[in-house]
Amino acid sequence: MSALDNPKRLGSIGQPLWLLAELTYRCPLHCVFCYNPVDFARHESELSTNDWLRVLREARALGAVQCGFSGGEPLLRDDLEQLVAEAHTLGYYTNLITSGVGLTEARLDALKDAGLDHIQLSFQDSTKEINDFLTHTRTFDLKQRVGDMIKARGWPMVMNVVIHRLNIEHMDRIIQMAADLGAEYLELANAQYYSWALENREHLMPSREQLRQAEEVVDRWKEKLAGKMRILFVVPDYHEGKPKKCMNGWGNVFLTVTPDGTALPCHTARMLPGLEFPNVKDMDVAAIWNDSPGFNFYRGTEWMRDPCRSCEHKEQDLGGCRCQAYLLAGDPNVADPVCPKSPDHHLVEAAVARAEQGIVPAQPLVFRDPKESRRLLESVAME
Amino acid sequence: MNAASPSLVPRLGHGFRFQWEPAQNCHVLLYPEGMVKLNQSAGEILARCDGKTAVAAIVADLAKTFAMDDTAGLEADVRAFLAMATERNWVALADAVSEETA
Repeated sequence: MSALDNPKRLGSIGQPLWLLAELTYRCPLHCVFCYNPVDFARHESELSTNDWLRVLREARALGAVQCGFSGGEPLLRDDLEQLVAEAHTLGYYTNLITSGVGLTEARLDALKDAGLDHIQLSFQDSTKEINDFLTHTRTFDLKQRVGDMIKARGWPMVMNVVIHRLNIEHMDRIIQMAADLGAEYLELANAQYYSWALENREHLMPSREQLRQAEEVVDRWKEKLAGKMRILFVVPDYHEGKPKKCMNGWGNVFLTVTPDGTALPCHTARMLPGLEFPNVKDMDVAAIWNDSPGFNFYRGTEWMRDPCRSCEHKEQDLGGCRCQAYLLAGDPNVADPVCPKSPDHHLVEAAVARAEQGIVPAQPLVFRDPKESRRLLESVAME
Repeated sequence: MNAASPSLVPRLGHGFRFQWEPAQNCHVLLYPEGMVKLNQSAGEILARCDGKTAVAAIVADLAKTFAMDDTAGLEADVRAFLAMATERNWVALADAVSEETA
């Protein structure tokens, strides 16, 4: 059932408009909701500067227009400025997705000279205590300072805050802080339960009432700041019971290149069993995007089984997220269990029900760091 | 709201990148994590929003380039587009005088 056998589908392959360059898995933070693979300690090698320059050129030639430099913490690569400069010259809109740790006045000046278009600064919460607790470092003051430095250089200010049970009740202060910093966009992204966030799901999932109150606060601010700040509140799919059109379609617009050069149709797809993803060191980006079995496997709707195959919504949601199907139901080929039509939907309902009860789990929060990563690797090996 | 009067000078909005995109075969506007594909007339207007040229001069240049006689109709179209584009922050309109002293 290779998609390559189907010429009609080949003709409809989109362009990788979005290139996400995950430059490194190294990170000074240890966020409990990080989407990096829990086994990141296994993938320590990193592409060279020249490899990245070639990837940028090849993806641009395929039509990529947005380039995100991410990680880990991309500032830990000292060739970041060089990569940004090349991306800018090639005609990308360049985005730096950072925690702000390591951003100095000198580096910001160099990034400005390189032509960096925008910085997305992530915050974990509005209060110093929670922010430092969740990231396991003392970074909050720094972020506020970095926010001011970004503004001072005339970049649009885009803030991202991952929302979960431990900070959702601070919504009012979170938005107030974004407004004080002069943010033009604020993305309030409810935690999605992959990787480290799945390990910590019992701690992170809010109750329906918490979500309802948070949304009320968001709506009030949206009205108040209309025209000044755009606020996006990304609703969690567990509670909505509606599968998301993950990555806007598998291999449709999105291309992630991981630190070691593995090319993926989404940040977390490496976890899926039975699929091999090519490395940019072995294959050029066009061949990866158009011809590799990994990128073709879940393109379109051919791969679906019931209930997806016969579902009236199959074109809208494309069966939801493959990683979520694998993580919850143990099979990446089935319907996303957040869908009420999924035979595995009870797993999602049970998780939501536990969040309603608000019982603090016995397992402590797992912080994302190499030691925990190796521990999780070992526990998988023993199963 | 401002209706893009002829003496005002439009420039590209803060944080936007405007370019011809061969893969899309059209002009596009890029902004944080997004892209707008522009039709031909929108592309031609935005290509002239350089922060130096007033609306009236943009209209005159378009009329000349595309050999159009009905400049009144053209001006109405350009002003309507710029009003919409300003609302979406694609362009900012500056007063020519204050721009020079800034």
